[in-house]
Amino acid sequence: MYPVNTKLTRRRFIKGVIASGAAATSTSIWYAANGAERPPGSVERLIRINVNGQVRSVDVAPQETLASTLRYKLGLTGTKLGCNRGECGACTVLVDDIASYGCSILTHSVKAKRIETVEGLESANGDLHPVQQAFVEELSPQCGYCTPGQVMAAVGLLRANPNPTREEARQGMAGNICRCGSYDSYLNGVMRAAEIG
Amino acid sequence: MAYMHIGKDFVPPDVPGKVTGRIKYSEDYTREGMVYARLLTSPVPHGRVVNIDASAALAMDGVVGILTADDVYPDGEPQSTGLKILTNEPTLVGEPILAIAAVDEKTAETAMALISLTIERLPFVLDPLDSLREGGADAYSGGNTFVFRQGFAQEKWTSDQITSFQNGREPSAEPQQSWEYGDLEAGFASSDFIYETSFSTAGYPHMSMEPRSAMAYWENGKCYLHGTSQSLTALAEPMANIVGVPLEDFVFINEATGGGFGQRSRAASIPSMAIPARFSQKINRPVMMRVTREEEFTIGGARQGLQGWIKVGFKSNGAMAAMDMYCVSDSGGKGGGGDANSAAAGVSALYQAEAMRFRNTSIGTNTGHRGAQRGPGENQIMAIVAPIMDKAAEALGLDRLAIRKMNAAQNGDVSGSRSTPFTSAYMPECLEQAAEQFDWDGRKSRARQTNGSKVTGLGIGQGYHNAGRSGMDGIVRMLPNGRLQMHTGVGNLGTYSYASTSRAAAEVLKMSWDDCDIVTGRTDRHLAISSPQDGSNSIFTNTRTAYGAAQDMLAKMKEIAAMDLGGAAADYDIDGSRVYQITDDTVGMTYAAVAQRALELGGKFTGEAEVPEDLNSLTALSVSRLAGSALMGIYHDPRHAGNPPGFAVAMIEIELDTETGKFDIIELVNIAECGTVVHPQGLKNQLVGGAVWGIGLSVLERHLYDPQNGIPASTGFWQSKIPTYLDTPANIGTGWVDLPDPENPVGARGIGEPSMGSVSAALNAAISDALDGHLFDAAPVTTDMIINHVAGISEEAIPLAQNNFRG
Ligand code: FES
Ligand code: FES
Repeated sequence: MYPVNTKLTRRRFIKGVIASGAAATSTSIWYAANGAERPPGSVERLIRINVNGQVRSVDVAPQETLASTLRYKLGLTGTKLGCNRGECGACTVLVDDIASYGCSILTHSVKAKRIETVEGLESANGDLHPVQQAFVEELSPQCGYCTPGQVMAAVGLLRANPNPTREEARQGMAGNICRCGSYDSYLNGVMRAAEIG
Repeated sequence: MAYMHIGKDFVPPDVPGKVTGRIKYSEDYTREGMVYARLLTSPVPHGRVVNIDASAALAMDGVVGILTADDVYPDGEPQSTGLKILTNEPTLVGEPILAIAAVDEKTAETAMALISLTIERLPFVLDPLDSLREGGADAYSGGNTFVFRQGFAQEKWTSDQITSFQNGREPSAEPQQSWEYGDLEAGFASSDFIYETSFSTAGYPHMSMEPRSAMAYWENGKCYLHGTSQSLTALAEPMANIVGVPLEDFVFINEATGGGFGQRSRAASIPSMAIPARFSQKINRPVMMRVTREEEFTIGGARQGLQGWIKVGFKSNGAMAAMDMYCVSDSGGKGGGGDANSAAAGVSALYQAEAMRFRNTSIGTNTGHRGAQRGPGENQIMAIVAPIMDKAAEALGLDRLAIRKMNAAQNGDVSGSRSTPFTSAYMPECLEQAAEQFDWDGRKSRARQTNGSKVTGLGIGQGYHNAGRSGMDGIVRMLPNGRLQMHTGVGNLGTYSYASTSRAAAEVLKMSWDDCDIVTGRTDRHLAISSPQDGSNSIFTNTRTAYGAAQDMLAKMKEIAAMDLGGAAADYDIDGSRVYQITDDTVGMTYAAVAQRALELGGKFTGEAEVPEDLNSLTALSVSRLAGSALMGIYHDPRHAGNPPGFAVAMIEIELDTETGKFDIIELVNIAECGTVVHPQGLKNQLVGGAVWGIGLSVLERHLYDPQNGIPASTGFWQSKIPTYLDTPANIGTGWVDLPDPENPVGARGIGEPSMGSVSAALNAAISDALDGHLFDAAPVTTDMIINHVAGISEEAIPLAQNNFRG
């Protein structure tokens, strides 16, 4: 019986996992990513970022991720967090038209860039974006938790390659995991979106 | 039969919200004054908390409280292996010990680091066989197993018994659990081919995409819980009990769930949702508890691993004459499960073994929280048995399709220890359809053909799960504006069964879908009880209740029409949202008018009298709250007879590179036999999703633990690798038999789990085929196992290891 310093134990925890041959993070790293364990003296800064065509002013901590800013500061909860460590793609947004993991980008690094989230895709009159429309018609989502990320990955893919082959679509979407296994239905959606796009 | 809605595609009402990001999962909610809870979890695989000093943490600015196991279990923790809300006796790394709430998460996390936790380390074990061995550590303080109605116990085998089992021989120890039917000895005596082996299948985490975050608040004595669940009403009452609040004061809000797969079906497997609920009650603030991926790994559930021995005998015509199976099941650090029993029952159903014996012993390990995961048991064992079927076919000179047809379940057949008859069964038709769609006859000559280092393998797999329940309730209401309100209690986990089952009500009332609203998402919308959304049962169970409630409404509508327009109820029919006289269709009333009339009449028409007596308590509460609001159809479903099966058949062609151990899936078809098809797109999604899961089971997913410290090394999406776009084929062929089941009013049965077992079986069989019929007797069969086999190197893994390499 002995006292355990939880903080030390957490470090040991990480070490143990790394020693066992697998890369992993602990909750401490999760919160570091969200700006939780910032270095002493660092403060949130008011910055301006361009999200869905609007310039938004927001207080951002130095290590704060874009996904965190979008969800928790700007209320754009369409962007999901599945892992918060660059494994799943649930947090995919477009940064200057490129599909990117919002959990793995520091908000401070995108000040001069255009950010698009799933909330910004519908037209002003409420029409769905062709990718959204195609995903509805193909019933691409199952549980839907990966869907915003899949939508954004597909939009990014089709901007770069408006008429992909199915194999190109499969490669282009490969950064987005779907635990429900709806890949076939998402690919049907991407191919249909390319048609109606 | 020509249906208006059944068998037709439609847009389930939550789909637009999913593609726009507008639909809310539990973590997307906020509430005025909300604080944030963080969990302090066990750093050790087995221990006992001796002291918690949180004084420094609680003194921090912004910290608003602490919740410990002593708070939630003032009379002591329950003595079982069930997952607890919080615990002082952790049996796995990562198990929640306490929660801290603060005004923001960083404050809560910083406060956590100030807590001094004194914990007594206890011996731990990661493999059931290490615990079974005399002198081996026990996963729990009371022993290494939990016996139903008896409690903790200790089970030990001699070293010789363990070694003999590891060397592939039949275990000699007395099992905890057993059943048998038929004459096993005679079955083996009549067999022309007998295969006997030990086998192992891996445990691995569910890894639903949405971590199980939850938010709760209390208002006017009522607890409002935003949670995540496969089920909706089925979960509400047990969850209210865990929170400790009467059902009438509990509101469960769950519009969408980011995946379930078995571990969000029942309240007992998500007790963590009670943390924000209890915390909120204690500190009188709304509490949000965001759960990380790592925490989701720990408390989010895992499939049971099986270490087993199997002996199968076949007659010269290919009939399975006898099957003998003995399993040691890994019950993990929390939970448990009935995978082994289901595996045996599944073999009985799928292969119609003439005589069978099942034995099992469940042993705990200080690894993940175990419980039902998509086709628990059936889907592991099918991956083991399918290559054995091929071995038997080869030995007996039979075609691989023919041996499966010989053993296929059909109408009139029975299965399991009680010889339960199927409600209907069309496995021969399913095999036939798969063969046609896959072009089995055209492709089979390609088996084992080589092209440089690449070799072709073909596999046939079959999946089964019992797929239907009964005894639930239905509620529908007709408003005076003529709109039908379908109060479904079915959870929204991504199958769309909450919507597709409701369509049975629209079908009965011949209503345009545009005039129907599904009422769901939160229990204070007064919903009917549903069975939990697990066991592939929802389509069967809840079309019965929706159909029954609509029939009750139909009878009431005809009665009202007869009352006002003359004649008897039997003189009336319906169409176009109108009740009319059969002899003169100009005499009639619109549904809107009937609903208005019902409001004037009250009584049984509006649920104020003659309510079915045997309604479930939750439905009865809903009906009492809806009474007088509209014309109501209320129904309690009686029990059905027989076993409604869900069947699937998959066929796979792979090209395996013997230099790398990698393979490409050239063709994959997955065909369902699940009665009448209710929602083709939804069924197709289950078939492709099941296929992806089957690939994961067959070749990718497994638990890995650090043997020295008991630390999980597979907490993310990549270490226990779930299949990605690139691990799965660009096209998956799907199809269905579409023959009605007589025990369901629209002929439907379920499919979610068999659609995975078929593919796990077919893929393992295809790999075996590509390797000249070599049997690994394991799942997953990983790339390193394939390479080692090709190189003639025996694996370095411990035989039958669990939570380690090869299992
Ligand atoms: S949440 Fe960003 S990749 Fe998973
Ligand atoms: S639809 Fe559920 S994770 Fe993709």
